[in-house]
Amino acid sequence: MPQPPSDQPSNDDSNQPSANKESFFVNAQSTKWRKHFWRLPAWFAAALVLMPILVIALSWTSDQSDIWAHLIQTQLGTLLGNTLKLCIGVGSIAIFLGVSLAWLVSVCEFPGRRWLDWGLMLPLAIPTYVVAFVALGLFDFSGPVQTQLREWFGSDFRMPSIRSAGGVSLVLSAVLYPYVYMLSRSAFMSQGRGLVDAARMLGRTPLQAFWSVALPMARPAIAAGAALALMETLADFGAVAVFNYDTFTTAIYKSWFGFFNLPAAAQLASVLLLFVALALFAEQKARGGGRLFEVPAQERERFKLKGARAYLATGYCLLIFVLAFVIPVGQLLFWVVETGLGGLDQRYIDLVLHTFALGAIAASLTVSLAIAVAFGQRQLGNISAKGFAMRAASLGYAFPGSVLAVGIMLSFAKVDSVLVAPVRALLDMPPKQILVGSVVALILAYCVRFFTVGLGPIQSSFERLKPSFQEAAQSLGANKWQLLWRVYLPMLSPGIFAGMLLVLVDVMKEMPATLLLRPFGWDTLAVRVYEMTSEGEWERAALPALSLVLLSLAPVVLMIRRSRR
Amino acid sequence: MKAIQMKAKWAPSLALMALAVAGCSQKEESKPAVETTETAAAVAEKAEVKAEATKEAPVVTVYSSRKEHLIKPLFEKYTAETGVDVRYVTDKAGPLMERLSAEGESTPADMFMTVDAGNLWQASNKGLFASLDSESLEANVPAHLQAANNDWFGLSIRARTIVYSTERVKPEDLSTYEALAAEDWKGRLCLRTSKKVYNQSLVATMIQTQGKEKTEEIVKGWVANLATEPFSNDTKAMEAVAAGQCDATIVNTYYFGRLKKKNPEVTLALYWPNQEDRGVHVNISGAGITKHAKQPAEARKLLEWLASDKAQGQFAEINHEYPVNVTVKPSAEVQAWGNFKADLVNVEAAGKLQADAVKLMDRAGYR
Repeated sequence: MPQPPSDQPSNDDSNQPSANKESFFVNAQSTKWRKHFWRLPAWFAAALVLMPILVIALSWTSDQSDIWAHLIQTQLGTLLGNTLKLCIGVGSIAIFLGVSLAWLVSVCEFPGRRWLDWGLMLPLAIPTYVVAFVALGLFDFSGPVQTQLREWFGSDFRMPSIRSAGGVSLVLSAVLYPYVYMLSRSAFMSQGRGLVDAARMLGRTPLQAFWSVALPMARPAIAAGAALALMETLADFGAVAVFNYDTFTTAIYKSWFGFFNLPAAAQLASVLLLFVALALFAEQKARGGGRLFEVPAQERERFKLKGARAYLATGYCLLIFVLAFVIPVGQLLFWVVETGLGGLDQRYIDLVLHTFALGAIAASLTVSLAIAVAFGQRQLGNISAKGFAMRAASLGYAFPGSVLAVGIMLSFAKVDSVLVAPVRALLDMPPKQILVGSVVALILAYCVRFFTVGLGPIQSSFERLKPSFQEAAQSLGANKWQLLWRVYLPMLSPGIFAGMLLVLVDVMKEMPATLLLRPFGWDTLAVRVYEMTSEGEWERAALPALSLVLLSLAPVVLMIRRSRR
Repeated sequence: MKAIQMKAKWAPSLALMALAVAGCSQKEESKPAVETTETAAAVAEKAEVKAEATKEAPVVTVYSSRKEHLIKPLFEKYTAETGVDVRYVTDKAGPLMERLSAEGESTPADMFMTVDAGNLWQASNKGLFASLDSESLEANVPAHLQAANNDWFGLSIRARTIVYSTERVKPEDLSTYEALAAEDWKGRLCLRTSKKVYNQSLVATMIQTQGKEKTEEIVKGWVANLATEPFSNDTKAMEAVAAGQCDATIVNTYYFGRLKKKNPEVTLALYWPNQEDRGVHVNISGAGITKHAKQPAEARKLLEWLASDKAQGQFAEINHEYPVNVTVKPSAEVQAWGNFKADLVNVEAAGKLQADAVKLMDRAGYR
């Protein structure tokens, strides 16, 4: 169970003064103990994530060499190549879109900026597989676009196939760029204009100032956003399955559903995880030791774009908004109108409530844990996310959803059989699952999966804060509690909101863990989408999918309004 | 209120059941029984019976990879007929099997329902089912559509057949699945991905009847004839045929039924292949009682009911499938597609040979 880590600091602090008055030796010991204490949140998060990973790693105890041999002989090379292409494609497109859009809306002024500012975040609310299916429906050979083109240019007209690395990259980027956009937007906004102005006074052009000042300062945020986008790309199965584009996850699912060999699938998944761990490690090394802090922006005067530039900026933002949001949602709306509201029964209220309740509880829990971890790291003097525990805690997101879900389910089932079953047997009660199939297990599963999504924005906001704030607060007599409540939380609020929002939306879209671990009767909108889409009935899935999008919109809009103040 | 009355009607048998299952939880004993205005003795007797009934009201729990909208109407009908509630969770077959085996004897599930004989065979192979001796199931489910060890029983048949463009293909040009691998189909064939279990089962039964080498040659021929990369679902493949990207594909008939319903003008038609030899490839959806079922007797009744003529028509019709029970006719729409000779090879072969089929398709470059 997640210990509320905030319970104990007060004890610690009340002990502290008396310890100070005593001998140096006691003081040193207590300092050492405190140091360990601040590690607790990170270790707890790591343990939570490592539990299912350990279950998955146990798969290596069985020998699956024939499946490995088969995969290596037939397709592993292609799969790795495809995955690499996709990562490069999604990484570069998502970073380009995310950073350029964030820069425009947070630093410049142009017509329509105010609503594009939040509008550009909305694609996040649409599940990837939905965008994938809409894109495929529209742009494949039998879709309306190519059909129309063939009518105009003759039946021999051929467009490059959307079912290719390029097509899949574009589609995934359209859904995943908001991660980069959101995080770099809040970074750019808190930078203010001061340093960019200084650079310009020293003779840099606006572009140079952006490259040499604003961009490097936003790098932790951009990196955090890109890491999320790439981890999601690596773990994605839904969208690539719609395109029948084979990636490394394809091999994982093939081993499980084709060969009925979960251990082999788990082995493959842990290899994938190893790559992700190495990539995260490399990213942190590459960031280097130098740190850049900034003061919160005092005043923000935007660059007012004029004439053609202003229209260009509006046009660019609008284009992305239309492609990534208006078209998919429009298609869903079209389907809903086409199929009618027949599926809208009284159970829908339950579906919406369950979806939102699970999302809200999981988001608050995950973000609280993330704050505790980030704050703990700060107290240890670690400015960036360092150390084994921190890295381990961020791995949950990189697993293909189904494999992680099974890992979580197996570990909870283990807890059930080792801890709960003997107690029940002792009390002469019939054997029954307590954890598996309970809301608690489901929420914990969400925490495991989305911890890093919550941590990313919070950590990157922390990283931009100077340690001198803490020093100032402490020199004015604030204890750790007051420091957290009155100094850090208010200053971190954009990051916290971003984290809450991301986790909330991700949980509401989440499918494999929800399917496997939900209690009886706890169907969510994502479950309903699955019911329809798994047999290819996309038109009928439009209603729950659209409800899901609408449900995600409310918190997105709300939080953006907050963060604007 | 309605539910309570329903239960009251069945109270005597349920009470017996409750005793038989050796109920030991005493939680709800103090629950007041339903008010009545009969004589004191009758009230007392009834109250006792009802107390028993609420205590152990049988609820059959089903883990299902058959989708909710295909099973819910039937379960509701069953509840209306018998007063026995059916609750279920749906997920993919693989995760549900993992869940069943991880939960072991503490599982709440009484029945596991899934599509594809391969999945059923796997579940049986993992020891998740309890074997069932049931005269009515033996009578209603043909032998080649159930497990030899009576672990599971087919409940509906799904035929996987050829769909062709009526604009560019004459039915005389078609004959068998194998013929689609011939040279004259170069660049004219569309297929769904080999990752879908339906194609895996098709190839697995081909291995069973023709042997590995011959099957691999055929699959290679298909791949060589592809007009475009395989599609992620049957509907997309049919749409490609209709749009002129290719001339024929292999799909489950109910997808054709759905497409036809949505777009009656579509220039596609079904063709029943291999009528001179083994027949059309068929697969099933089916179910079995779990090994650690808490309500095995109730689950058995439900399964028998699902295979009976009371439920079979609706079970199949709801998804344009064919009933397993030969006394029940498919829906008018499905009948209009004509009769065909089905492959009588036991569908268990699909399960046994599935891994071989996947490997074979990987080797042949069928994605």
